Amino acid sequence: MKKNRLWMLAGLLAIGAAITLLAAGGLSENMVFFLTPTELEAKGTEVYGAPLRLGGQVKPASVQWDAETRDLRFVITDGAVEVTVRSTGAPPQMFGDGIGVVVEGTYGDDRVFRSTNVMVKHSNEYRPPDENHDPREAYKSLIVDGT
Amino acid sequence: MLSTLGYASVIAALLGAAIMTLGGFRAGLSRTGGEIGVTLARRGSYFAFFAMTAGMVVMEAALLTHDFSVEYVSRVGSLETPTYYTAISLWSSLDGSILFWGWILAGYGALFAFTRRREWSSFAGSRSTPSGLAPALRMAPLITAVMGVVALFFFGLLAGPANPFGLVSPAPTNGPGPNPLLQNHPLMGLHPPMLYLGFVGMTVPFAFAIAGLIQGNVEARWLRDARRWTIAAWAFLTMGIIGGGWWSYEVLGWGGAWAWDPVENASFLPWLTATAFLHSAMVQERRGMLKTWNLTLMISTFLLVMLGTLLTRSGIIDSVHAFTEGLIGPLFLAFIGVVAVASLALIGWRADRLHAPGQIESPVSRESAFIMNNLLLVGFTFTVLLGTMFPLVVEAIRGDRISVGAPYFDMVASPIGLALLFLMGVGPLLPWRRASGEKLKRDFRWPVASGLAVAAAAVVLGMRAVYPIATLGLAGFVLATIVEEFAKGVAARRRIAGRSAPAALLDLFVRNGRRYGGYVVHTGVVVIALAISVSWTWKSEREETLRPGERMAIGDYEVEFVELWAREEPQRFVVGATFAAFRDGKPIGEQRPRMNIYPSGQQPIATPAVRSSLTSDLYLTLMAFDADGGRHATVRAIVNPGIVWLWIGGMIIGLGALIAIWPRPAGRVRAAGDELLASTATAVSTPAAARARPGADEPEPELAGASVSTPGGDAGSA
Repeated sequence: MKKNRLWMLAGLLAIGAAITLLAAGGLSENMVFFLTPTELEAKGTEVYGAPLRLGGQVKPASVQWDAETRDLRFVITDGAVEVTVRSTGAPPQMFGDGIGVVVEGTYGDDRVFRSTNVMVKHSNEYRPPDENHDPREAYKSLIVDGT
Repeated sequence: MLSTLGYASVIAALLGAAIMTLGGFRAGLSRTGGEIGVTLARRGSYFAFFAMTAGMVVMEAALLTHDFSVEYVSRVGSLETPTYYTAISLWSSLDGSILFWGWILAGYGALFAFTRRREWSSFAGSRSTPSGLAPALRMAPLITAVMGVVALFFFGLLAGPANPFGLVSPAPTNGPGPNPLLQNHPLMGLHPPMLYLGFVGMTVPFAFAIAGLIQGNVEARWLRDARRWTIAAWAFLTMGIIGGGWWSYEVLGWGGAWAWDPVENASFLPWLTATAFLHSAMVQERRGMLKTWNLTLMISTFLLVMLGTLLTRSGIIDSVHAFTEGLIGPLFLAFIGVVAVASLALIGWRADRLHAPGQIESPVSRESAFIMNNLLLVGFTFTVLLGTMFPLVVEAIRGDRISVGAPYFDMVASPIGLALLFLMGVGPLLPWRRASGEKLKRDFRWPVASGLAVAAAAVVLGMRAVYPIATLGLAGFVLATIVEEFAKGVAARRRIAGRSAPAALLDLFVRNGRRYGGYVVHTGVVVIALAISVSWTWKSEREETLRPGERMAIGDYEVEFVELWAREEPQRFVVGATFAAFRDGKPIGEQRPRMNIYPSGQQPIATPAVRSSLTSDLYLTLMAFDADGGRHATVRAIVNPGIVWLWIGGMIIGLGALIAIWPRPAGRVRAAGDELLASTATAVSTPAAARARPGADEPEPELAGASVSTPGGDAGSA
């Protein structure tokens, strides 16, 4: 009887230890820092190659996108520092007029942020409609009648 | 006008909550009498529900009539929003969802009082009895009192900092409408109510736990009722979580259902601890052990529900600093703290009464399987909580903003999930106390063979990753054990009662719904595990820019870009692309992924076009388009095999839970119990009967308050 309980206890401890190790290891491997361009510059070489999230605004008129090769380049800025971002894939629509974005990827010594994922920042707050971007005007040529 | 009416309802509900609390404590704590107490508790519960219902009706009326003088309506309503989304915008923002929370809480309180109406009528005339009533009868009023305390907190929020009925003067002529994401798909009407029913339902087991601690008495009936309420809430929570995944799949456009987002984790955490309790409760039921542990799980589940509500509703996830901007966050945190400290104090105070007499005899037994299951589930809770809260803690302490990515959660969830799946097959077949080697061999022979066969088939079909292969193999193993259990049950019923096979199967559900409903739930979980593995392994994704008439192939599908179009709708502007879709060369109709542009949103919401089938889904998302002339469109196509089985699995779980808690008429329960005992006497030598034999080697747990209990019904449940 005593022996059984000992085995049981040892088994439970082993499972507990395994989960703890798994969690601690997983956490340190998958922790991603969220930086602004200024913070990115301040970190210097320390962050080269590490998985990062970079947040800021798309610099107006910096977006270059080739629909054929789906090669996307743009500049993220926080007002002080600018970082060039390269990505493959379509940019979110309405991209480019100073919209807030978060990009995931890595930064290297070529000073280019290689992004695997471009996310437009969601906000639950109400903002008045953007006068400069009325969809009725912007997508005029696509409007169909009737349907 | 509506503003005043609504606020008056909230105040009335607050009064009802106060009455149910006072009456409940009066009846639950006094040694004699208590007739007035139970009357107050019952009427208070009904009155609070009535008042909250009135509040809900007023809010819906205000929403539907666009009364923008009501503060909440001015924030989430708009004249252009379609009626359906206007009605469900009740839960699209904080104050409305707390109103909804409160209404459901009052509903649970009234339902609980209603189920105990006969029991409470026995308080009448008891004043003259010198010895007072059996302590078990004092439990229900205490439970009502604890629910009353929780209701006081929520109704208090509604009366104060989260008042949705505030008056705006002068009333605006229109509002912004709900958050664009929340008015983009009809499924938004489905999972939030489910989640709330699940979340709020966990208040009932919490009230059971606190009442049990106050009384220092957690007897058999208390446990069985607590577990039943937990199953109901748990089933809603499960379907809410899966429904949320479905919504996310249909709306968010990335082709998946679960991203380990903090909001998702918030709903998953209490699910894990509630699941642990549903299993460990059976150890207490059979062996009298784990009393303190079970109370801790019930209380933790409630605390995690409160934490989840705080996380999803206070804006704390976007930034720690958003949290201190309102009063609600700190109030929630304070409430969580008070509940945690008070519960710990109660557990410490009652520790001597809760000491367990039993002990584990063998590591290979049903009870040790349950303990492993609990350890894994609590470990799972701990790791998910760590990953969810770590970024908040780091930001609060060091100011660094970090995030913990989905790979962390996948990495911890996969092995733990597999181990749980393994136990799901092993546990129900293991006998209580200890198992003999020969019996193990006999019971596990063909489930193990089935599991190995399925795993081998997975490899042959091209699976190479270890986790999916293991999942498939274990799924085969678990399904085989479930089939074996049903086969044995049916065979026993046919032999004992001379029933036909389908009638015997129905008998199992009617007579022992708890056990066989449980197996149905397990089947649903296995279906979900299979869906996750299969869709993960064979999912394919492709993104292309197409000109009209151009095609791209993905899996056995092809899509051809036809044209771009745009149209104005009252509440939004829609840009869409029409694609002709083909499967194995045959046309399967047009698909129209869209982008919806809402006036209040800053960016368009991409709405994927999903074509589901039992084998695979074709999922198209419009990524970009040529705004000037429509000469090309960029589309992301995903083929997701077997993903509909995620939702089907969720429905199977709901069905199983319904079978498990379906009330059985008392006479029938009694007959089933007698018959079960009789059957073990006549057929004691057969292996099936030996397993079905409920506690033949130990007395049934003591049934206190025997006048109101229904003994024997759940004996032998697993």
